[in-house]
Amino acid sequence: MQKTFTQFDNFGHSLKAASYLSQPKSAEDIYSAFKLAKKMGLTVTARGAGRSYNDASLNGGGIVLELSAMNQITKWDQAKGQVRCEPGVTLEQLWKKVEPDGWWPPVVSGTMKTTLGGCLAANIHGKNNFKMGTIGEHVIEFTAILPTGAEMTCSPKKNADLFYAMIGGLGMLGIFTSITLQMKRIHSGLLAVDAWPVQNLRRQLFSLLDGAPKYDYIVGWMDGIAGGYALGRGQIHAARYLHEGEDKNPQETMKIQNQILPPRIIGVFPKGLLHYFISPFTNNLGTWGINTAKYIASLRKHTFRQSHAAFHFLLDYVPNWELSYGRGGLIQYQSFLPKETAESAWTEMLKLSHQNRLPFYLGVTKRHRPDQFLLTHAVDGFSLAMDFRVSEGSRAKLSVMLQEFDRIVLANGGRFYFAKNSETSAETTLAFYGKETVAKFGKLKKRCDPNGLLESDLFRRIFG
Amino acid sequence: MSDSPKPFKKTSPAGTSQGKPAPATPLTPRRRGIIVGASEGIGAVLAQKLAKEGYSLALIARRKDKLITLCNEINKPLNETRALSYVHDAANYAEVPGLLRRIVADLGGLDLIVFMAGVNYPPGLNNYNFEGDRKMVEVNLIGAMAWLSPVAEMFQNAKTGQIVGISSVAGDRGRIANPGYNTSKAGLTTYLEALRNRLTRHGVNVLTVKPGFVKTEMLKAAQGATPFAVTPEKAVEDIYKAMRERKQLIYTASIWRWIMLVIQHMPSVIFRRMSF
Repeated sequence: MQKTFTQFDNFGHSLKAASYLSQPKSAEDIYSAFKLAKKMGLTVTARGAGRSYNDASLNGGGIVLELSAMNQITKWDQAKGQVRCEPGVTLEQLWKKVEPDGWWPPVVSGTMKTTLGGCLAANIHGKNNFKMGTIGEHVIEFTAILPTGAEMTCSPKKNADLFYAMIGGLGMLGIFTSITLQMKRIHSGLLAVDAWPVQNLRRQLFSLLDGAPKYDYIVGWMDGIAGGYALGRGQIHAARYLHEGEDKNPQETMKIQNQILPPRIIGVFPKGLLHYFISPFTNNLGTWGINTAKYIASLRKHTFRQSHAAFHFLLDYVPNWELSYGRGGLIQYQSFLPKETAESAWTEMLKLSHQNRLPFYLGVTKRHRPDQFLLTHAVDGFSLAMDFRVSEGSRAKLSVMLQEFDRIVLANGGRFYFAKNSETSAETTLAFYGKETVAKFGKLKKRCDPNGLLESDLFRRIFG
Repeated sequence: MSDSPKPFKKTSPAGTSQGKPAPATPLTPRRRGIIVGASEGIGAVLAQKLAKEGYSLALIARRKDKLITLCNEINKPLNETRALSYVHDAANYAEVPGLLRRIVADLGGLDLIVFMAGVNYPPGLNNYNFEGDRKMVEVNLIGAMAWLSPVAEMFQNAKTGQIVGISSVAGDRGRIANPGYNTSKAGLTTYLEALRNRLTRHGVNVLTVKPGFVKTEMLKAAQGATPFAVTPEKAVEDIYKAMRERKQLIYTASIWRWIMLVIQHMPSVIFRRMSF
């Protein structure tokens, strides 16, 4: 195995760390990397597509196991809708495999570039979290290799403690080598989408709460700049699957070419260049202009049909959109709050961001429900994800503000999600997981990884 | 939080007893640097400066007590671990690969190396001293190669990084006073130039610093006049500015650029008759 010193960064391009790159092709390769790490006194982190906004797949000065070479879909049972994959298989590979046969991944992220290994390690959720839970709830079983060399097969019945700890375990107990997932049956390649405006935060949250039971997916866009009465205004997109018979020609709409996002706008302009044109707008004034235009355009309530891929993978619509945030990159701050406290907490946070003149440039809200995984981020309530631009001048101020946000979220019984937040301290982490949970995870860690070989920059930050 | 459970506590992978540097985040970025020859003079002052500018540093020198004092001076006022100490003799080449790996793991990556270990044994105008000459080449030149060549390979692969070598105006011409020192520094200058030519295309910056006289311990060993001597603080100011601007070569004080331009072009027929 080759070990080249390589500079890695995160999805937001806001953090860089150099590590020794290793690209295993099998479980044996992973085990030899563990043995080498032990001999050299180094630590190991697995990396999929590097789509975390924080330091989850970074391990500065250690070994990074990039699993992109383990990307085979090893079994597809189209009668039952069960698929077995290696950890480096991306959601893009997965949906393209199952969709033409009338199935869809039950839980997907906002980009299709993520790998299943990464999705399980973070226990991702989608716009249907309130209904379908996290991706972990659709895992039939998985096999993982531990740093001890033991290969463990886990399901909700077998090795259940490891099953509920490794999913969402940030890759710190072992490395997935095979994942079996249950797909969801669909009767059309299209979704029926309703879009409507919401005038302020209260209406936004009410729409999510009230709308969720009526739909299969629901998501809100929040304007981070509007203040006063319009604080927290935005637009809701809610979608439902089409029932059997609603789509006259499902074979046609489920074809891959009718799903994928066109690479050019109006057939001529290559979207790969689009991020250069967005760049001049990633500042307070530009975002105000875009948000206002977007809000006005959304005032007309409308209903339309959209392909699954177009509805879900918004982040892929503009390739490399994250580059438009400039040299400092961006960070995402996502907080999960119980439905009782969300409105007051976010009102306080939004007002703080306006006082500091550090509004977020993209805000996304979702409806959530709790789950039974050990390191869970979910609550019976809502989440709000905010994208902030990082620049030389704003760093210190933004840092102070986010510490204040952490305090507000904790005081309101909220939680955080470690595919996103990059600034959460060890103290905050301990406070929201609770001592018991952290101790339980620590005990499992000791059992699976007695020499402490699995460590990421994220792990050192939140459990350091 | 003193009452927090420590389920993950373990000795650092390198087995060091020093605290680890605070983790880097997008809002508290940390560049990571190694300074070889950090215990005094320019090295110590540069360490102070870089720590203040947000670097996490591995400080390397032979003298443990001086290193520890310096680390404390840096870490205490900042109230966090910004500088780690490693005792090492730059002429102990075999130790380098293992130590480098350990440092990179402790720092959590590597963005910068500054090589400024240097010894000076002036033999006297009418004396010859092979042992001294050999020691100067071993530390000043081969020591630099031992550190910079593995780091250059890492930076080339990572396509990023900065290498700073402290050479000397003494490397620009062979003069009567100290043939061994001139040779070691001329070799270092050429080595750094070659690294620059290799690495610039890979996005790596190589900065050669040629100090004239700097008011340090080493200066006390110099014979004769010491014109345009600068304080270590002034030299560090020049070096840090050049690092930020990703320059290729600087003299400190800057007047040496013009002096050495004249000296480098002086015909041998004149130069060999001078007492300079």
